[in-house]
Amino acid sequence: MKLTPLTKGLLADALLIIAAVVAFYAFPYDLAFLTRIVIMAILVLSIDLILGLGGIVTLGQAALYGSGAYAAGLFAIHISGDPLLGLAVGMLAGAAIAFLSGLLLMRAEGLTLIMLSIAVALVLQEIANRARDWTGGADGMRGIRMDPILGLWRFDFIGQTGYIYVCCVLFVVLFALKVLKASPLGLMARGIHESPARMRAIGAPVYQRRLILYTLGGAIAGIAGALAAQITQLVSLEVFNFSHSAEAVIMLILGGAGKLYGAIIGTVIFMVVHHLAASVDPFNWLFIIGALVLGVVFFVPQGLLGVPTALKRLIGGGK
Amino acid sequence: MNTFLSILVDGIAYGMILFMISVGLSVTMGLMRVINLAHGGFAMLGGALAHWLIAAGLDYWSAMALAVAGTMLIALPLERLLYQRIYRMGELQQVLATIGIAFLMIASVNLWLGSTILPIPTPPLLRGALDLGFRTLPYHRIVVIIAGLIVIALLFLLIERTRFGIRLRAAVDHRATASVLGINTAAIYALTFMLGAGLAALGGVLGAELLPIDAYYPLRYMVLFLTVVAVGGMGSITGSFVAALGLGILDTAARYLVPDFGTIAFYAAMMLLLTLRPHGLMGRGHA
Amino acid sequence: MKGLQTKGLNKSFGGLVVARDITLSLQPGDRTALIGPNGAGKTTFSNLITGILKPTSGQILLDGRDIGGMGEAARVRAGIAKTFQITTLFKHLSVRENIRLPILERERRALRFWHRADRDKGVEAEIEAQLSAFNLLGLADRPVQDLAYGQQRLVEMAMTLALKPRVLILDEPAAGVPSSDSHLITGAIEALPADLAVLIIEHDMKLVFQVARSIIVLVNGAILTQGTPPEIAANQQVRDLYLGAHHD
Repeated sequence: MKLTPLTKGLLADALLIIAAVVAFYAFPYDLAFLTRIVIMAILVLSIDLILGLGGIVTLGQAALYGSGAYAAGLFAIHISGDPLLGLAVGMLAGAAIAFLSGLLLMRAEGLTLIMLSIAVALVLQEIANRARDWTGGADGMRGIRMDPILGLWRFDFIGQTGYIYVCCVLFVVLFALKVLKASPLGLMARGIHESPARMRAIGAPVYQRRLILYTLGGAIAGIAGALAAQITQLVSLEVFNFSHSAEAVIMLILGGAGKLYGAIIGTVIFMVVHHLAASVDPFNWLFIIGALVLGVVFFVPQGLLGVPTALKRLIGGGK
Repeated sequence: MNTFLSILVDGIAYGMILFMISVGLSVTMGLMRVINLAHGGFAMLGGALAHWLIAAGLDYWSAMALAVAGTMLIALPLERLLYQRIYRMGELQQVLATIGIAFLMIASVNLWLGSTILPIPTPPLLRGALDLGFRTLPYHRIVVIIAGLIVIALLFLLIERTRFGIRLRAAVDHRATASVLGINTAAIYALTFMLGAGLAALGGVLGAELLPIDAYYPLRYMVLFLTVVAVGGMGSITGSFVAALGLGILDTAARYLVPDFGTIAFYAAMMLLLTLRPHGLMGRGHA
Repeated sequence: MKGLQTKGLNKSFGGLVVARDITLSLQPGDRTALIGPNGAGKTTFSNLITGILKPTSGQILLDGRDIGGMGEAARVRAGIAKTFQITTLFKHLSVRENIRLPILERERRALRFWHRADRDKGVEAEIEAQLSAFNLLGLADRPVQDLAYGQQRLVEMAMTLALKPRVLILDEPAAGVPSSDSHLITGAIEALPADLAVLIIEHDMKLVFQVARSIIVLVNGAILTQGTPPEIAANQQVRDLYLGAHHD
């Protein structure tokens, strides 16, 4: 059976929605955990845009995620508890921080870029730590109260509304990224990934283009951060942790970069394995994740979504 | 004046520790073009071995020597089995693979010795202080500074005066030609990697008072060591030395003078420098 | 003043002079070759024109307008395009996508994110025309890395022409192409639009004498002489230079 890319995409979307619905009914007592997975998937998708599509290697996505979380938290406490408005504020904050830091970051490459991107998150964490009056410092930001979504759906204690809410946001983000990936902008991003020198030779100002991609990625990371703040009703300094950035990149590579669904699959597998292993012993979990990362990098560099293709090549004699 | 002297002595000692731990990282990055996020793991292994040997009854100095040798012995198979293949990967894969190795190191040390701080008791000789009349200098700081100076002197002799050094320089400057000229680059890589790991172990043991050893050490101080390399310029021993001393003094000064903004000052300085000089102080701008 | 002019172009790195008072003019329809021994400064000159390097002194004019202050991408948009190394093609993208990208850039549509990249009838028709002009229709959906070197050169030419430049710089168009395929390259150069100003930087003398109508000889960063192919072939200085050093 031969499937066109379009039907394949629709099939994948249908499967994703079914999986989300099945999970909702199958694990009614784990909705908080499922919600965390979905929020993480949105963060990983933002990295897929920057890294998977645009080939920009950074380890500082926590800076953008954390900015979205703090912005949404502050907005909810001081201005309005409307979730969707808060989401927009988080998105703008993520985009703004990405743009401002990107002015500096997008000029760098390689180790320098990785270092600078880590440093941005650390500096923001320290600022949030010092601005205790606004952020609550090390105690975290408390007192976030959310209004019902669109005035209709109240956030409940079991987390049903929250789960449905984040799933809807995930589908919207995924749809937007699918449109973007197939668009001229998406093709341009792949061009920058493949050959910046050639992009310049065909008249594309690469620095500005990287800045645009990074800002778009920041907007999506900001959405993820805002969701985390709204659902947990708490923002702590940990949102800026390096481990957030590193783990999110690992999830992306685990599933397969540049493929969007790879980001979601990688996130689900990583989070579930983490959940099971860390409940036994958080340090032994590092054995598993360490081995997992090395296994993927050494044996399936295309990520788990690349495994079928790799097998096909193996069986088909490497066509 | 007293504060100034304290900053200077503490800062230089701290810088020497940073230099010993980071110099191997810088050389392997310049030579093998590998972004090794697990390098701090060797400092931790050195510290963990020293802690264990002293607990088993050895004296400080023998434990230190054995810990350095043991770390080098652990580094060799790692280089042959894993890193050799990582050299050829793209930067993203390198970052992930070496984070994976760091995770495995953390988990192993935790399994072996637990997750608490692993103290390395210093001998009475290092616990005293030299009385200068107007103030005192802890012997520990003096020993660290002297050790750092000896290390850089020996490194210079090694690089400038030995056959290994000549080959190492040839391999750094002209990677492709070096192997064509029959220089065994694989052996040079392995030796360099072991040497870097050994120096990191030495720095880990000597610096345990400033950077306490525990299982999470490789990730906790990863950014610090990478900063030294990025600021100094990959592959430059002099660059690492200058960067380590500069960052050591800057960090110490910031903690003495503006304790509330120490971290921000440190990273702001690093970001400013890397913006002005993306390849670091002594970088050659290849990358 | 139409076309590309350089006036007294100089470039030095510290004490090393790599371009010395280069003054030349390239008119629409010109087929000029730039030759010279290794290290004569050919690549430096090409980099000065495309904006990768900034001259130490001197002017670069396009249609009488000074473009010396423009960056690389801006000069391409102003109408100066170049082919350089095929190793920098978009290797994992298909031939069609490789040609689609420069068209989208030229049309200033590369930032559109709301519609598919491959549904614009005008753009797709133009891609088809380029593909058929370079005999690449059969390979259109293959990733570029699967193509032979000669074919990759053709893809590069098609991409560059898709920018609709007024000045085209071909930097070693035959490099890496086996001699059995070199007719593909000469054929493509001969078929270039008649009103395009073309500068060919090349080692291969056979190719130069086949396609160039004017030849500039560069030595030590300065122009030694300029003339028609027969004049250059008869020039004693040039003969000494080439026969003395090596015969290409």
